[in-house]
Amino acid sequence: MDLEFGTADEEFRAEVRAWLAEHVPAEPLPSLETEEGFARHREWERALGADRLSVVSWPEEYGGRGVSVLQWLVFEEEYYAAGAPGRVSQNGINLLAPTLLKHGTPEQLARVLPPMAAGEVIWAQAWSEPGAGSDLAALRATATRTDGGWLLNGQKTWSSRAAFADRGFGLFRSDPESERHRGLTYLMFPLDADGVTVRPIGRLDGKPAFAELFLDGVFVPDADVIGEPGKGWSVAMSTAGNERGLTLRSPGRFTAATERLVELWKERADPADTALRDRVADAWIRSRAYRLKGFETVSRDDDIGAESSLNKVFWSELDVALHETALDLLGADGELESEWLENYVFSLAGPIYAGTNEIQRNVIAERLLGLPRGAR
Amino acid sequence: MKFVLSQEQRMFAGTLRRLLAEAGTAKIVRAWAAGDHAPGRGLWSALAEAGLFAVAVPEEHGGAGFLPVELVAAMEEVGRAAAPGPYVETLAAAELLGRAGDTVWLPRIAAGDALVSIGVPHALDADAADLVLAPGGTERASSGGPLTSLDPARRLFRVEAGDEHGTPEFGVLMCAAQQLGLGRALLDVTVEYARTRQQFGRPIGEYQAVKHHLAGAMVELEFARPLLYGAALAYGTPEFGRDVAAAKVAASDASYGAAKIALQVHGAIGYTDEYDPSLWIRKARALHSAWGTPAEHRARVAASL
Ligand SMILES: Cc1cc2nc3c(=O)[nH]c(=O)nc-3n(C[C@H](O)[C@H](O)[C@H](O)COP(=O)(O)OP(=O)(O)OC[C@H]3O[C@@H](n4cnc5c(N)ncnc54)[C@H](O)[C@@H]3O)c2cc1C
Repeated sequence: MDLEFGTADEEFRAEVRAWLAEHVPAEPLPSLETEEGFARHREWERALGADRLSVVSWPEEYGGRGVSVLQWLVFEEEYYAAGAPGRVSQNGINLLAPTLLKHGTPEQLARVLPPMAAGEVIWAQAWSEPGAGSDLAALRATATRTDGGWLLNGQKTWSSRAAFADRGFGLFRSDPESERHRGLTYLMFPLDADGVTVRPIGRLDGKPAFAELFLDGVFVPDADVIGEPGKGWSVAMSTAGNERGLTLRSPGRFTAATERLVELWKERADPADTALRDRVADAWIRSRAYRLKGFETVSRDDDIGAESSLNKVFWSELDVALHETALDLLGADGELESEWLENYVFSLAGPIYAGTNEIQRNVIAERLLGLPRGAR
Repeated sequence: MKFVLSQEQRMFAGTLRRLLAEAGTAKIVRAWAAGDHAPGRGLWSALAEAGLFAVAVPEEHGGAGFLPVELVAAMEEVGRAAAPGPYVETLAAAELLGRAGDTVWLPRIAAGDALVSIGVPHALDADAADLVLAPGGTERASSGGPLTSLDPARRLFRVEAGDEHGTPEFGVLMCAAQQLGLGRALLDVTVEYARTRQQFGRPIGEYQAVKHHLAGAMVELEFARPLLYGAALAYGTPEFGRDVAAAKVAASDASYGAAKIALQVHGAIGYTDEYDPSLWIRKARALHSAWGTPAEHRARVAASL
């Protein structure tokens, strides 16, 4: 057991650090949840992609560098420590790409991945529906067979950044007789296609972050089906596991946020306020725990499977606590617009998206601890 | 970088785990609490033979070298079994004596024929110990009869204060490792209980209120562990003190949290003295404040930032 980085890891860290020092914008970009901010973040994605730093762990042929997961963790540490912009392409990179790498055809990989890596095509995840959130298998939007492809109908909702994104991916009921997990098909579709209406929904702070999608006879060619028609559930679930592992929220993000919290505390805190001091210490302790857990995860040879639910609960609760502490340190200024406030609002969604923490606790109890399944 | 136990390290911990499980520690704990040290000393010797103390002693003094990672793994097992006796204290003493260049006690510790206690501030099991140290590592006579602890298997004695104060950091790490094992044992026994205990015609483990308690305990325990091993690897570096304090905060909170959940999920049976998990539950609370409270260690972490 050791925590020593190899020479190659250190060299990679130095290269990434130097690149970021040169390229990270001096002024923070406008929020990526706004139209202008989205466009600016897309430019940033292009810059990353141009130097093959957008998806470092992907194979080289798709725009990556084929580095190890450990080096990806190193990349993320440097990325957030440098205060680099949030990743507007995260849905594609973290959710769609791993699914394609596992289930996609060579043609799909060659067509979809390089423009994603280059920031040319930004993807939105269209899983949730008004009646299917936690109970995703209750979804009702349909895909109906037609010549050379499928016609999509129905409504999707809570699709992050779909208001400005280019393409979507999601699950559709392709067998009208089917129920629950059966008869679903996983498809990709353009958000500007005929029959698609995108309606932005303001989020908690009013920014038009996500959107609902109305689909009315949208044509999708067979080439855009991921995996086998009718087997969409199992294809999609391989993405869900990924989402709850490290890729969705890498440790570097919390390590960097905690460093900033400590600075804020040193600048602002009343030394007599030991309650706030203890919360800062806890944020530090927990972000360190998450970092070390990340190293443990990448050191293991097996697939972590349902253990990713432990991560999801841990980071989402850490994120809220960390940002609440920052706002409390800001005192009366805590309600004023700031980066802390924006990140606080975002942190509040963590226990909800990517499978609510209640659902994650069910998974932990049933799949990791072996407790009996309850009513569904 | 390989932040997982090596195969040898896993085998070592596995050997200790089996040995402790076969010993059936609950009855040894009860005997120890009643002042009968014989079964506890027998277990001590068996663990020494399996190498538990050798990994705290340099080779030139009859040990296998001072190996912090192995010691954390070993103490996790001692905690899982709630084995009674001054394990933490003896390992902390071995580290202090090793640094002081002692040649008398170290071979005896390695061989398992010296139980050592330290006043931090009370000395655990001074009546059973062969040597009692003040916190800084000087020999002191103990005084005063046993104080009554919530955990009757923790027989505590006052130690005359020497000029040297402070809590040996390595002991804090050993205590945290013991707490982690204790907490994990409480989670496991409670999961088993929740699977079998029926109310309203179903196992209570089917109810989400129960499930979510247990899942929450698992999250806390599983994220305390990397802090302990991270601290073990920081031994000898300037960050050691900070990392140990962080590990103790996490292990204390996770272990005590698991104990409270274990009690709640067991219902009244968890509250009874005859039922074995109560031994673990009481120890978890006692260790929460031993070797520095979480508040003290949080302050230590904050001071280092
Ligand atoms: C900021 C944000 C971004 C999002 N981005 C996307 C996206 O890009 N694409 C996408 O498809 N979706 C997205 N979502 C949607 C998200 O996946 C869902 O909100 C989530 O799955 C929960 O579904 P729901 O909102 O319908 O809540 P519900 O499922 O109605 O749940 C409401 C409450 O009931 C609890 N509950 C439900 N079922 C159970 C159960 N079995 N046991 C215990 N408690 C239960 C939940 O935990 C929750 O507390 C996003 C959501 C947010 C907040």
